[in-house]
Amino acid sequence: MQTVKMVVTGPFNSGKTEFIQSVSEIDVVSTDRRISSIGERSIKEITTVAMDFGRITVDDDLVLYLFGTPGQKRFDFMWEILSEGMLGFVVMVDSTRPETFREARFILETFRAYAPTPYVVAANKQDQDEVWDSIDIRHALRLDPKVKLLPCVATSKESVKQVLLELLYSILAEMENNKN
Amino acid sequence: MALRGRLQDFTFVQILNLVNLAHKTGCLIVEKPGQKARVFFREGKLVYAIFGNEPVELARILNKARILSDNQARVVIQHGNEFSDKALGLMLINSGLVSREVILSNLQIHYLEIIRQLFTWIEGYFEFENDTLPPADRINIRLDLENIILEGSRQMREWETLKDEIPSLEMALKFTETPREKLRKINLTVEEWRVISYVNPRNTMRQIAGANRMNELEFRRIALGLLQAGLVEIVRPGKLPAEGAPRVITPVKKEEKRSLVQRLIDRIRTL
Repeated sequence: MQTVKMVVTGPFNSGKTEFIQSVSEIDVVSTDRRISSIGERSIKEITTVAMDFGRITVDDDLVLYLFGTPGQKRFDFMWEILSEGMLGFVVMVDSTRPETFREARFILETFRAYAPTPYVVAANKQDQDEVWDSIDIRHALRLDPKVKLLPCVATSKESVKQVLLELLYSILAEMENNKN
Repeated sequence: MALRGRLQDFTFVQILNLVNLAHKTGCLIVEKPGQKARVFFREGKLVYAIFGNEPVELARILNKARILSDNQARVVIQHGNEFSDKALGLMLINSGLVSREVILSNLQIHYLEIIRQLFTWIEGYFEFENDTLPPADRINIRLDLENIILEGSRQMREWETLKDEIPSLEMALKFTETPREKLRKINLTVEEWRVISYVNPRNTMRQIAGANRMNELEFRRIALGLLQAGLVEIVRPGKLPAEGAPRVITPVKKEEKRSLVQRLIDRIRTL
């Protein structure tokens, strides 16, 4: 049995757990805990302290694992462990909270340093009011024009599928480019 | 769509860059406690700027530039309700007192002064109202943002340097071992003395800034000067996290990897 993994990362409360839950065939093995910090608790009650873990069986010989990183910075020692051997990664951004963009940029650069694998950015919560436009988020994150920035609703299976497919297309495209 | 946030997260220069790149038209409202500014753009170019709610009349701007005498300005301002800036501008041009170019260049100087002040706003809120244009009776300019952004970027680089040198105002300052000797040889400004007077490991830098009613930029400039002069040192809390070294990914044969990715694509399509 061969296994491959993709990592879903992003700032605190950007929707990583929901993203994985939307497509995983197993209940996500989550290590959520109640939040102890009062400031963070005002945003959400539970957070991921180690990692989320979802699975998609491709066929008898191949399984895809989706790992969600803990969003809080004090658990960033986990990032490097999770990035080991990943096929690619998704950076989740909460489109309604521009105050998290700088951290998203930091996380993106950190993961790129761990492993220069292809990645896409998912602009999550596009179904909510007060979201930033994709083009504004692209400028805010200083994304290279070649990097895909995809509107996303992490609770929607179709939306999550689209993000994963775009990441896989990027991986294929990079392989083609490296061949030439 | 909403384009709003905090200046702490998204600097004024970054907003200008965004407006420039996206060729935005609208009004950028920037606020901090007790102060508010509105900057208008048309297709990514600066057209108008105002502090607070009351615009500075054209007559005052031209008077400041010594184009209108004090008497001329007073007369015009007294009749302020009778004609708008646009009407006044036309009258001045038609009377041969001033050229169109002179009016526009002075307005440009005035708007740029506002922008330069906004570069120093490190904390506050912003909101961009799409397609909101300046009042119709105001004279608009049309100024490319590139040079403004460059100037702002230089100022932000200074800010970044200050932040690199002084990562957190939650840390404290303490005198180095022989500060008295060094202090004798140095001429300190009043502001520097005010900071020096609070230096104590028990006071965080934020408390010192607050006690002296200084914003972060002002305080950091002074603190960095004192640090570079060797008068004080930062008491650093804890140790910094170790930087992660890049790891090598387990190599996979290319053909095998391509087939694997294609299988993943096929599978996810059917989910």
